[in-house]
Amino acid sequence: MKTSKKKVENEARRDFLKQSSVLSALVLSPGKAVKDPEWEEKVAAPFEKVSLKLEINGIKHNLTVEPRTTLLDLLREQLHLTGTKKGCDFGQCGACTVHSDGQRINSCLTLAVTEDGKKITTIEGISKGDDLHPMQEAFIKHDGFQCGYCTPGQIMSGIACIREGHADTEDEIREYMSGNICRCGAYPNIVDAIMEVKKGGQTV
Amino acid sequence: MKNKDEMIGGRMSRVDAVLKVTGQATYFAEYEVPNLTYGVLVPSTITKGRIKNLDTKKAESAPGVLAVITHLNAPKVPAYEAQEPSKTSSGRGPGMMAFHTDEIHFNGQPIAMVVADTFERATFAASLVKADYQEEKHQTELKANLAQGKVPKTNKSLQDYQRGEKDAYKNAPVKLEEEYVLPTEVHNPMELHGILAHWEAADKITVYAKTQGVKMTQQVIADTFKLPKENVQVHSQFVGGAFGMSLRVWPHEIATILAAKKVNRPVKLVITRNEMFTIAGYRPHTHQKVGIGATKDGKIVGISHWAHVQNSNYEEFTEATVAMTKFMYRIPNVNTTYRIVPLDICSPVPMRGPGEATGAFALESAMDELSYALNVDPIELRLMNYPEKDPERDLPWSSNHVRDAYKMGADKIGWANRSNKPKSKMEDGMWVGYGMATGTFGAHRRPATARACLNADGTLLIQSAASDIGPGTGTAVVQIAAEVMGIPASKIRFELGESKLPDAPIQGGSATVASVGSAVHDACLELRQKLVELSGNALKNAKAETLVYEDGKISSPKDRSASITYTEVLKRNSLPKLEVTKESKLDEDQQKKFAMYSFSVHFVKVHVHPTTGVVKVKHAVALADAGTIVNHKTASSQMMGGAVGGIGMALTEEAIIDHRFGRYVNNNFADYHVPVNADIPDVDVLFVDKKDPYTNPMGSKGLGEIAIIGMAPAIANAVYNATGKRVRELPITPDKLI
Repeated sequence: MKTSKKKVENEARRDFLKQSSVLSALVLSPGKAVKDPEWEEKVAAPFEKVSLKLEINGIKHNLTVEPRTTLLDLLREQLHLTGTKKGCDFGQCGACTVHSDGQRINSCLTLAVTEDGKKITTIEGISKGDDLHPMQEAFIKHDGFQCGYCTPGQIMSGIACIREGHADTEDEIREYMSGNICRCGAYPNIVDAIMEVKKGGQTV
Repeated sequence: MKNKDEMIGGRMSRVDAVLKVTGQATYFAEYEVPNLTYGVLVPSTITKGRIKNLDTKKAESAPGVLAVITHLNAPKVPAYEAQEPSKTSSGRGPGMMAFHTDEIHFNGQPIAMVVADTFERATFAASLVKADYQEEKHQTELKANLAQGKVPKTNKSLQDYQRGEKDAYKNAPVKLEEEYVLPTEVHNPMELHGILAHWEAADKITVYAKTQGVKMTQQVIADTFKLPKENVQVHSQFVGGAFGMSLRVWPHEIATILAAKKVNRPVKLVITRNEMFTIAGYRPHTHQKVGIGATKDGKIVGISHWAHVQNSNYEEFTEATVAMTKFMYRIPNVNTTYRIVPLDICSPVPMRGPGEATGAFALESAMDELSYALNVDPIELRLMNYPEKDPERDLPWSSNHVRDAYKMGADKIGWANRSNKPKSKMEDGMWVGYGMATGTFGAHRRPATARACLNADGTLLIQSAASDIGPGTGTAVVQIAAEVMGIPASKIRFELGESKLPDAPIQGGSATVASVGSAVHDACLELRQKLVELSGNALKNAKAETLVYEDGKISSPKDRSASITYTEVLKRNSLPKLEVTKESKLDEDQQKKFAMYSFSVHFVKVHVHPTTGVVKVKHAVALADAGTIVNHKTASSQMMGGAVGGIGMALTEEAIIDHRFGRYVNNNFADYHVPVNADIPDVDVLFVDKKDPYTNPMGSKGLGEIAIIGMAPAIANAVYNATGKRVRELPITPDKLI
């Protein structure tokens, strides 16, 4: 973007231009500009406080986040909802699975700001007090875990799997649960747990 | 009445199950510590050489950055200055000193840590650190450096071994000599490694760690920073899997502690999945050769086993790759050779079934090959060469029911359907094959201490600094206490994973239940004894061992009126609680009298696609001869998990280095394939479940390692049976079959 020689009288407009020229520079020459901390500071400043409304586990939150913050890091580091796990940060393991308006998503691949206005459900939000969700009960009964680290993601995915209508057979469950890695190798028990909940017919 | 599921041999659900399914279990990165800051590592982009210049200015001036720690400005580490790093760190050498010199030992070695007030800011600033290097020629390829192999200095048990005549297999009527290759495999527990370090005072530190031994971590930090042990507190109540990777303190943990000192605030480091491959250990790439010879009627006369094992260039790592060959079969002439090959890579670290899992791939593949050469059933060959006692040390087995396991597994998998002729059966358009293999691992027991504290309300608190990386240690311990004390599990609480608790060994080598469980058992026995002593005349002078302990009550089976509850004993003595701390260990004489091993047998049925060469495990049977099974539910999951790990080992897992750069090219879950749900068939788990009379009071033997040992060769053997193609280099990817 060319710099205008004309005196810009409107302060707000000048600020806007400053910001947008920084943005354009970012887009046009990502290599040098992005790596320059001075530029970064200028870019970050107007963006640092992006407001965001989220309903998490039935509680409404008015938040301000950096746009580069993932939903996963927002949950874990800022809201201390650490039941949702970071296993790879690349959408390759499923440990960070949560529900967004009822659909399962990888929260590590989701920028928090893109969820504005949505209802997020995490593992902390599926039991009612001491009454566990049927999927949680089934995971305990069938020992669908060992170390427990992938478990919240498995449970959130398992619930979604039934809701999606992808839990009619064991093979179907295996296929639709393959985005959730369990290194302890509890897969057959996980399939048994999901199958039991599906057959139980409870609303999940 | 005792609830059978809560006793030894029951199938009680995990004591920490509710915490794990509700997201309330707290792993190291989830502790809330005020003023927390975030560390992000900067990796070396060369493989060998020195750092010439480090430009950290841009990173330092980036928003939110508190410090950039490098070898140029890191706080001094007392043990590094004194050149005496903790021996406990690995037991095998000085290790690599964090941010201490300009030397680069491997690609991805941390050269700096950026600390900032948020994770995002630290991550961005880390991208601004630039380094110039004095690069040297590197060596990362095992195969090209086999000649550099050397005898390890630090582990005498891996020096050359010979029993009988050397290379006797060469003169046998039926013989074969083959090479077997295992690639680098990476533990990849789901929880990322790291540490949260908080200096509470200049000489007092608290860390939240991902460790398989809080006492080990405490000792290493105390040694490294020359602090009294009590000034180092380690918390590690939940560990999201480890499989061996957390058996040592890694340089990046020390780096985080240095960073926390530098910024004078708590620092949390959670390494990336990519870094899980480069800086936190792996199962070493190993070239093996086996020569085996037998008489025509199937008596093995000699075996030779050579192993060349990938190693780093800055410390020695060893594992028992050739151990199983010395005693698994009755063979008069045995020789083994173990060499480590120093390369410009990070050090390996034990990975589930360390050594034996690698060795078993060679030995059990060779056994299978020999069975075809002799035209005998592979089970039959093993039975013909079954050793009635340990041929290595000439000692009786403490217990060995592996022959029962062969029979149980053969029945379960439908071994009778197997054809001894390869590539002779099809099913649903697929080649069908059956395979089996054996595994073994020492049934170890280490000294451990437990505290048992009976409270006035009748609840029991058990404490020991054990770890539970997933197998269900806490659950087993509660069952042992419930059995001995006759108290319902709901009234027993087990505290673990804190360095302030009584001594417990690392959770490695499948020894936790045998070690910590025995200490809990013995502490509870002593607690019972004390209760009897304090019971006044209520039990009419009956001896402790003749009494029944049930429902929180001591009673005499002979005289119903002679009985007293535990709470009443405490009340009568005005005691708010009654406590026993007890150390327990294996009698050394016992250890010299018996060969103590756990055994596993794996059976698999595979389908192989005739055109694409894709292998699908259709059914797996995992059997353990591991003495008393304390909890059938958790033990079954442990065996199942080992079988799943073995499927990965056999079919998909391989960490690949581009040797031109010395850098991993597939260090993520999209390119390094651990098994996913769709890869896993039904896994049947069977236990011989016969008490071992000598290992420990419960009569248990370890499970964690044998669960994986033997699974990969069982699959390789099944693939041969299906296709007639013998794959001697894992993983068995389709390109090797078409």
